[in-house]
Amino acid sequence: MTEKILKAKDLKRGMKARVVSINEEEDVCPRLLELGLFPGTEFQVVKIAPLGDPIEINLHGYKLCIRRSEAGCLRLVELD
Amino acid sequence: MLNSIDLPKSARALPQIALVGNPNAGKTSLFNALTGSRQKIGNYPGVTVEKIVGSLELDGVQHELLDVPGLYSLTAISTDEEVAIDALLESGQAPDLVIYVLDASNLERNLFLFSQLAETDLNVIVALTLTDVVKREQGEIDLAALSSHLGCEVIPVVAYKETGIAQLKDAMVRALADPRELELDVGFPQIVLESADRVVDQMNRWGVDLKRKDARCVLLDEHCTTGDRFREIPELWNVVEEERAKIFGHTVQAKTVDAQSRYAWASKVKRDSYIGPTVPRKFTKSDRIDAVLTHRFFGLVFFLLLMYGVFQSIYTLAAPFMDIIDGGKTAFADFVSPMLSGAPAVQSLVVDGIIEGIGSVIIFLPQIMILFLFIAILEGTGYLARAAFLMDRLLGWCGLNGRAFIPLLSSFACAIPGVMAARVMPDQRSRLMTVLVAPLMSCSARLPVYMLLIGAVIEPRYGPIWAGFSLFLMHFIGLAVAIPVVLVLNKGIFKGKRLPFMMELPKYQWPRWKDVLLTVVSRAKVFLVTAGTIIFAMTVIIWALLYFPRGDEKAYSAEWVAQGKVTQGAEFEHYLEMRQREDSILGRFGRTIEPVFKPAGFDWRLTTAILAAFPAREVVVPAMGILFGSGSDIEGEEQEASLMNSINSAKWPDGRPLMTPWTAASLMVFFALCCQCMATLAAIKRETNSWKWAAFAFGYMTALAYVLSIAVYQIGSRFG
Repeated sequence: MTEKILKAKDLKRGMKARVVSINEEEDVCPRLLELGLFPGTEFQVVKIAPLGDPIEINLHGYKLCIRRSEAGCLRLVELD
Repeated sequence: MLNSIDLPKSARALPQIALVGNPNAGKTSLFNALTGSRQKIGNYPGVTVEKIVGSLELDGVQHELLDVPGLYSLTAISTDEEVAIDALLESGQAPDLVIYVLDASNLERNLFLFSQLAETDLNVIVALTLTDVVKREQGEIDLAALSSHLGCEVIPVVAYKETGIAQLKDAMVRALADPRELELDVGFPQIVLESADRVVDQMNRWGVDLKRKDARCVLLDEHCTTGDRFREIPELWNVVEEERAKIFGHTVQAKTVDAQSRYAWASKVKRDSYIGPTVPRKFTKSDRIDAVLTHRFFGLVFFLLLMYGVFQSIYTLAAPFMDIIDGGKTAFADFVSPMLSGAPAVQSLVVDGIIEGIGSVIIFLPQIMILFLFIAILEGTGYLARAAFLMDRLLGWCGLNGRAFIPLLSSFACAIPGVMAARVMPDQRSRLMTVLVAPLMSCSARLPVYMLLIGAVIEPRYGPIWAGFSLFLMHFIGLAVAIPVVLVLNKGIFKGKRLPFMMELPKYQWPRWKDVLLTVVSRAKVFLVTAGTIIFAMTVIIWALLYFPRGDEKAYSAEWVAQGKVTQGAEFEHYLEMRQREDSILGRFGRTIEPVFKPAGFDWRLTTAILAAFPAREVVVPAMGILFGSGSDIEGEEQEASLMNSINSAKWPDGRPLMTPWTAASLMVFFALCCQCMATLAAIKRETNSWKWAAFAFGYMTALAYVLSIAVYQIGSRFG
């Protein structure tokens, strides 16, 4: 399994990613943690809005829509 | 591991039961199933957050049922959440029983909030919803296993079929008779638990009684409410800080540890109590629908067509009802009027003031009910969330978000339902911004003014293409002005952090018609009460200002005779009416402040018409009819043509024509931007819970209207 660093703005439909770390100090992050986006969580991009943002991801057996900019405090790696 | 304990009795008159759960867990359906239609929608004290309370009878005793807004966690990130959480946790306010609404099709995420709730002192039982969805996906929930993990009763319910409601009520009776505090151990890391034990010991030494779970809460979340009583006491808080440092070293990743522990527990609970396919089916029905409806091309096309259809049908479906109401109003006025002919002042008050005032409120009811019918259906099917998903990029960049689309679009029909629909906004700040800019959208009551002025001034000079373009421009200007207003509000007035956009797209389903009906009825009630009272009062006041003092009819007749005319007939009656309005309080005031509006190109007649239209802008066309002396009833085409003529031939005292294209443009800009609608202001007051924001909306819009109409007239006139 190869892993490479991924930015939220580069997420594409169908892509799988894992959260490596999260910056707790940023405004949005506590809520992202509560919704299940903590280090170790794997997710898949399900949908991308027609105008490119927000995106819908599949994690912990449910789907969540977030903005790319607000996922900026997550460090991600791409999974094959 | 249940301990029976004595919970302090609350000071409330009726025992209170609260429904708590994640957004979209099926809380509202359950609420409706438990209470029937007996719900009251209000605000939490002092804030704009919707509070829905109903009543239900258990064993012959009345109970209050509180529908707490959907929560993801007990750590608030917005005022709305703070208010909802306070309603649960604040001492003395705590409900006697919490029904945790658990979505069986999304156990892990839904168990996160449960795990937090289970650590409070609250008396909790679980209503398991959406088991029908699990079944459809070939899954099953082992209730005994789930119940033993959660440590409380778990009752499966399918609210819209009313299955499980009786069992749930029985469980509520049992839980109320025997309140228990849950003792849930989600299995935090050993190092955290050891620290918690040390904190408890230390606190005991200082004489502070602290539970282990409360100590753990403070360790992992420095804002945990159980820490409130000693956070300000440095000796005690130091104990906590030292232990925190031991756990996390220098990198404070406390919240990560907390979330990871809870999700690990939740996924264990799911493993033990969920039987069925572990990997969900790749393409559900909803996914197939979404493949089209959120498609980058077809999704947008469908959205635009749907919105066009909705607003087109609001106009066409409401029109016959509005005609009936209008006809009824006229018939009633004609019926009452002769009875009061002995007392002209009372007659005028009842006919022109009261009946007109009430009529002008009720006439919007069909539009409002139809709009909310559509919104409720779109919400019920799950499409509303898709609309927000599609539109977020468009509205998000200036500080709003995708959900603002519906309220803003509604405002093109009428700002009142728009302001009311702003409740779809997830937080107070974006709701307030939406409420404040909604009245800038060009509502249908502005249309008659545009039609009159464009028809009288633009079309004869420049032809139908420019007339159509002007009409489009007038509808666009409000939207164009709204963007900088939102930017300024966002940067200047609402300081502090912006809320993230996070939402779920619920599965598509048929709307529950009972819920749809409830929404429509409750919104109609809200509208009638808030808009009704204020519009009614203001109409009476404006009537009085245009009616008093009564002028000398003999003098007016003499003026008429001096012009060599006969003192009878409709034209004479009309002249008398016009002179009376001219000499009324408002008419004189209009003359006095004419200089204020002169830079915008308005004479005293236009000024008075504008002033008279402040309570409700639809008054302006009849008012211009009176003031320009062409008949106050302009419903027929002939009268409209006659008003157009009078406007075109109106002159300044020095003989210059009054109505240049730039006067018309300036007047239309004024009407497009000015907040001439008391009912909207009343709706803003109700939705924001303060006259302050209503006054703010009125102030900024009037100022914008004044400045921009002067700019249009002055700049335009320079160029001819």
